[in-house]
Amino acid sequence: MNVAPILLSLQLAAWTALLMLPLGLFVGRALAWRGFRGKALVEAAVALPLVLPPTVLGYYLLVAFSPHSALGGAFEWLTGEVLAFSFPGLVTASMIFNLPFAVLPMQQAFAAIPHEVREAAWVSGLSGPATLARIELPIAWPGVLAAFVLTFTHTLGEFGVVLMVGGNIPSRTRTLSIAIYDRVQAFDMEAAGLLSAVLLAASLVATALVRALAGRAVRV
Amino acid sequence: MTVPPDVRGLRVRLRQDHPVALDVAFECGAGELLALVGPSGSGKTTVLRCIAGLATPRQGEVACDGEIWLDRRGDVAVSPQRRRVGLVFQHYALFPHLDALANVTSAMSHLPREERAARARALLARVNMEGLEARRPSALSGGQRQRIALARALARDPRVLLLDEPFSAVDQLTRRRLRLELVQLRREIRIPMVLVTHDLEEAQLLGDRLSVLHHGRTLQTGRLENVMRRPAGALVARLLDQRNVFAGVVSHHDEEAGTTWIDWAGTRIECALATRFAPGDRVDWVVPESHVVMHRRERPSRGERENPVRGIVRDVVILGGDARVTLDVHGVDTPLTFEVSVHVAKRNRIAAGAEASVSLLADGIHLMATEATG
Repeated sequence: MNVAPILLSLQLAAWTALLMLPLGLFVGRALAWRGFRGKALVEAAVALPLVLPPTVLGYYLLVAFSPHSALGGAFEWLTGEVLAFSFPGLVTASMIFNLPFAVLPMQQAFAAIPHEVREAAWVSGLSGPATLARIELPIAWPGVLAAFVLTFTHTLGEFGVVLMVGGNIPSRTRTLSIAIYDRVQAFDMEAAGLLSAVLLAASLVATALVRALAGRAVRV
Repeated sequence: MTVPPDVRGLRVRLRQDHPVALDVAFECGAGELLALVGPSGSGKTTVLRCIAGLATPRQGEVACDGEIWLDRRGDVAVSPQRRRVGLVFQHYALFPHLDALANVTSAMSHLPREERAARARALLARVNMEGLEARRPSALSGGQRQRIALARALARDPRVLLLDEPFSAVDQLTRRRLRLELVQLRREIRIPMVLVTHDLEEAQLLGDRLSVLHHGRTLQTGRLENVMRRPAGALVARLLDQRNVFAGVVSHHDEEAGTTWIDWAGTRIECALATRFAPGDRVDWVVPESHVVMHRRERPSRGERENPVRGIVRDVVILGGDARVTLDVHGVDTPLTFEVSVHVAKRNRIAAGAEASVSLLADGIHLMATEATG
């Protein structure tokens, strides 16, 4: 079995999940507690990848990644490489595609902490960062971990967006699900079956983990 | 920043129009317990939050123990972390993932790490929670949670203790016990304490001073007995559950006899001299139920000459051993209310429709300026 697509997908999933962790924390917490102008719009934007066809999102990302656009141009100027059809491009696309998976579980977990509990921490002398580290995260960690696991697994199996912005370049952008598609196209059903089994097992473990985490939430 | 030495204890001035209207002013000395009372939605909790720094009014000052915590004119707004406030939240707001001991030590960042556990154990012992240090809040009863919340509030070595309806979520037996413990605690710590409550009985049991709040406005603050006996106006009297609030007109003063006479719908009522009102002034007046004495049918007494009032019994409600009687007085819309024991009511044949007479004891009658509103 060609393990390169598996390794590439694991790398992509790890980078995406790790980078989304602080972002999800920041956005999830803000959406859980703060009221601000345009909040509904931000929430809609975060949830958009759930309903938007991956090809549509992929198309817009491809346009944004082109060297003629601001983002793609800046990336090329900085690194000398093209963002589209590159691994950093895949990571960027994955991050956007995974926004709802990274943000929503954390938003829910933080929203479940009564505001009074945070205020009690402040009145007890704990600073904002200390309150996050010693009160909020120890209460909300199942949601944070669920977000990480969901983002990781979702990235492992990503297809449409990856194909649109990454193409199918061996060892660079050919991820697990693209390799499966590629093998089926070549009538190599055995290899497709093996790779599919890997993805199935990973997804099953992830969903079981997320279910288990939901049961671990601290009663507030 | 420091304030003049005469401003010890807690001094609160708050003013704003939005989002919650506030016009609040009161002081609370060290070792004193001020009960902040008012109906739901009167802004009591907002006031506590402003003292703790969890809310900031548009205008105002909060000073405690010689430190200014808030001065909107001087642009001072000390953070909640630096105010040294002990706050017991209404629903306790304990940290659910920490055991009782850790809940208390988490408020001890001002102490060296090695001292915290021993001090927290001592505080938990003080609130009768020995042996439960390792329990999480979810494994504790309402009363036990309240005690942990109190221990955590004290763990800060606070300059002021704020209690937000701390006994509202526990059963009556526990409430009585916790109130007793609070009274004992007061003897030991000499800091200002502000108790928010809508329970007047609780305010009277625990408070030295009383501040009455209505729609975010302080109506009256003073010594408990003083506010109870001499409310500033009819609204305060009603908020303090005084039912016998009536309107009258000052008729004349008799300075020699030390009395002022008022006209109450044609009845002359004698009360203590109140020269701050001129003859002809419209006033509101209040007489506590304890100063309404029913005349016995068969046994007239000398006291019956003091402000005798006759009326028809509208209703008698029996509550335990007491009968609450409402009496319609001729020419007055609001009935007079008083209590007698059930056997006295029976012996005097007090029932709806019966005629009865009472005396309003002059030394209990308090005259108040009429209010434009309320």
